[in-house]
Order: sequence, then structure tokens, then C-alpha cells
Amino acid sequence: MRPLKFLACVSVARAKSRPMNTIDPILRLEKLCVTIGRKSIIENINLNLERGEIVSLIGPNGAGKTTLVRTILGLLKPSSGRIKKRSGLRIGYMPQRLHLEKTIPLTVQRFLKMTKHSSNDDITNVLQKVGAEHTSQRPMQGVSGGELQRILLARALLRKPQLLVLDEPAQGVDISGQAELYRLISDLRDELNCAVLMVSHDLHLVMSSTDRVICMNRHICCSGHPEHVSNDPAYHELFGLEATEGLALYAHHHDHHHDQDGNVVHLKEPCSHG
Amino acid sequence: MADFLWRALLAGIGVALVAGPLGSFVVWRRMSYFGDTLAHSALLGIALGIALDANLNLAVIISCALLACLLVALQQRKIISTDTLLGILAHSSLSLGLIAVSLLEVRVDLLGYLFGDLLTVTGQELLWIYIGVGIILSMLLVFWRPLLAITVDEDLAQAEGYPVLWIRLLLMLLIAIVIAVAMKIVGVLLITALMVIPAATARRLTNSPESMAALSSLVGCGAVLIGLFSSLQWDTPTGPSIVVGATSLFLLVYALPLKGQREIK
Repeated sequence: MRPLKFLACVSVARAKSRPMNTIDPILRLEKLCVTIGRKSIIENINLNLERGEIVSLIGPNGAGKTTLVRTILGLLKPSSGRIKKRSGLRIGYMPQRLHLEKTIPLTVQRFLKMTKHSSNDDITNVLQKVGAEHTSQRPMQGVSGGELQRILLARALLRKPQLLVLDEPAQGVDISGQAELYRLISDLRDELNCAVLMVSHDLHLVMSSTDRVICMNRHICCSGHPEHVSNDPAYHELFGLEATEGLALYAHHHDHHHDQDGNVVHLKEPCSHG
Repeated sequence: MADFLWRALLAGIGVALVAGPLGSFVVWRRMSYFGDTLAHSALLGIALGIALDANLNLAVIISCALLACLLVALQQRKIISTDTLLGILAHSSLSLGLIAVSLLEVRVDLLGYLFGDLLTVTGQELLWIYIGVGIILSMLLVFWRPLLAITVDEDLAQAEGYPVLWIRLLLMLLIAIVIAVAMKIVGVLLITALMVIPAATARRLTNSPESMAALSSLVGCGAVLIGLFSSLQWDTPTGPSIVVGATSLFLLVYALPLKGQREIK
């Protein structure tokens, strides 16, 4: 474990270059649990979000990432635990996808206008910011997947958010577009000094533009700087060798692994492989 | 023109004015089966209203609103799919209504309630229709933005601070009021058609939600005129004639080649 901790310390020192206020998080989750029906979706999540940091939430399908995000937004009720938001916190939300009926005649401009108190100038500005100004008069159902993601991001930005919550922002975007989108998010963070919480499938892609990674599978398996997490056995455990190939093996300990349903199986003795 | 014709025309136009925008929401939210189910339960409301000697409009609004609440509650349980649930509720409430009407000691003009009886609208009924129309139009104006926001995406609307559940209930209540006032015009079996067909017709010609809602109202008024005219000319039943009028406008608009209009496939 020692070499790892050392690595983590180095990473934290690097991350310190960002303006951070560690005393006063804008969002704090305490022992958050969500149960839907009888099924426990997320368990015991503790998390602090600081102004100006980008936090990526990664994990396999069904890990509860979207549930966590929806709970933070107030779309789902926690079954136990607490969510503390700084009072008056403005959250901009970019949903995973938008199901829009073809029967609604709606231009992009009109769609963005639906956010409270947004003027035409504001809309032109954010569309320029996300690089989608050419779509403003097109019908919402007539834009491409990548354009739609930018438009959804624009709508989240119109709220002048202090926290941006992005659920798989790069979904449906081609590889080169993805890198560009993550760069854009990183730039927006610098410009607005807002916190960003985003859900992603892929650590490799978010690696360069994220300050902290939280790797979850119902509970938080490991978290920290992306380099730290990509070396963490829990990460390899979760994503399998194929996804994480090319990373060196090293001595480590872990006290649990996951069965096929993602349940935690505690080991009697911490295993040690290398 | 005879008095009864003026009343029929005014009643029809009043209902078409509100059926347009609400019908647009029904189309946008894929609620046409839901509208049908509510409308079918109206007959039960009529029977209860007559039995209790209450105001029939209020009885219909209340029974529709109760059914809407029941539907929402059952939907959240997720025992069966919404589609099946609607199929069960629509026809069982209609059957219950028919049985309840048959048990009444008073003779009831059943056909009039099922298919409408526009030509016998009284001054009193006209007043009720315009009270309903006034309530719906003012609610639509005041709550237009939240109604549209929850229609486009409920999650986004909730995340942006709209009270989604309340707005959804408001929409159901407005549809219940439309059913109550439109029953006299086209009857419980055809009310959804008066909402859906004009909205679907307007969709092809418009590119904003507001213009679609407004044009739906106009198409509805046109349908009322066509229906009333053909009913007088050929002695056809008025309610079905209005629906056929709406359908012919729909077919006409979709048959016309449109220039300069972006087609949405």
C-alpha cells in the first residue's frame, strides 16, 4: 500500500494548484443510501464537493452512478443519510439523454428559452461557448447526437451554475468529439469556477480533465486522483483486465471483491497478490 | 339563423378554442388513450350526478379528477403496464357508467351523452361551457411555461425547480374540465378526437409550440363549422360530423405538398 499512498500524495500536491476551499464544500453527502423497492441501489456514500474541482464518477453499468446523481438533484429521495447543499446552490443538470416527442415543434432556441430568466443574448452566448450556435434555428429533433449533447450542456450553463452535474456528457459523441467535449468542460470550469460532477464509463477518457475520480459499484470502491485510481486494485477488479490492460501489477491489499451481481464479498483474510 | 344554431355555434367554438391547446399537450405527451379513459369515466359521473341531483358539470369534473388520481396511484405501483391499465380502466368505467345510467329512475338520453347533442344546447349550458373555457384559458396562460417544461422533459424541469407533480395534476384537471364542457358537443366517446385531430393537423404547419396550440384551436373551430353545416344540410348527427370534419381537414393538410417547410421524419 505504501507506494500507492506516496503516489496519491504526489497527485494531491499537483491538484492543489487549483483554487480550493477545503473547509467549506458546496455539497456534502453523508452516509447516503438509496433503496428502490427492496433493492439497494447505492450504499453509504460519503462525498465532499469543492468549488472549482472536477469530479468524475466511474463504474460499470448498474453501479448506481445515475441514481447517485439523480439523488443529488432531488429527483430521488435518499432512504437514509444526508445531502447538505450550500444554501442557494445553483445546479446545472445535463441529463444522460432527452426523449423528445417528434410531435413537439421546438427549435433549439426555444428549447433553451425554457430555462427560467434566459434572454436571447444569454442563449446566443452559451451556444457560442459550447460551439453549437449554428443549430439555434433548427428543430430539436433534427440535430445530431453530438450537437444535442452540446445543446444540453448549453441549457445547464444557462442556469449560471455553481455546480454542473453531467450524466455521461460524451454519450453518442465520436472519439475526437469526446476529447473536445471534455476539454470544453474543463475550460468552462476554469471560466465559471464551478464544481463539476460527471458520470462516465471510461476512466481513460476523463483522465486528463478530471481532478478526482470516484470509482463506485453501489458503494465507493476507491477514489482519488485519476493516476491513483487507475493503479488501485479495486478499479481493476471492477472493470476487468481488458479495460485496464497495460497497467503494471504491483503489491496491494484489498478486503473485498464483487460477485456477479456486484455484491460485496468480504474476504476473511485480506489477499495479497502481485 | 335560428337561436339554437347560434348557441350550437358558440358552444362548439368555445370548446374548440380550449381543445386545441390541451389537445396539443395530449399529442406531445402521448396521452390520447389517457384522455379516452378519463372521458369514458365521465358517464359514471353523469349517472352519479343525476342520482344525487347535483350539477352535472361538477359531477363529471370530479369523477374525471378522481379517476386521474386513481390512475396516477396505480401507475406508480407498476403492477401492470400503463397501456394495459388504461385499457382496463377505460372500458370498465364506461361499462359501470352504462349500468349506472340504466339503473336510474329518470330517463336519460344516452346517445346524447355518448355522441353529443350540440343542437340542443341551452343558454344555461352555454354559460357553463364558457365558464369552463375561461378557467382553462386563464390557467393555460398563467402556467404555460411550466406545462411546456414538464412536457419536454420532466427530470430537467424538476432539476430546474418546477413542481412537476403539481403541474402534471393541473394538466389532468384541465383535461377533466375540457371533457366536462365538451361532452355536450361531441359526447364522451368522441371527445379525444376533438383534442387530438386538430392538434395533429396543426403540427404539420407550425414550428413552435405556441403556434401549434393556436392553430389547433382554429382547426377545431373549422371542424365545428364543417360539422354543423353538414349536420344541417344532410341531417347527419352533429358530434360525429364535427369529428369527420376534423379528420377531413387533417387529411387535406397532410395531402398538400408543403413548400419551404422542414419535414420532420
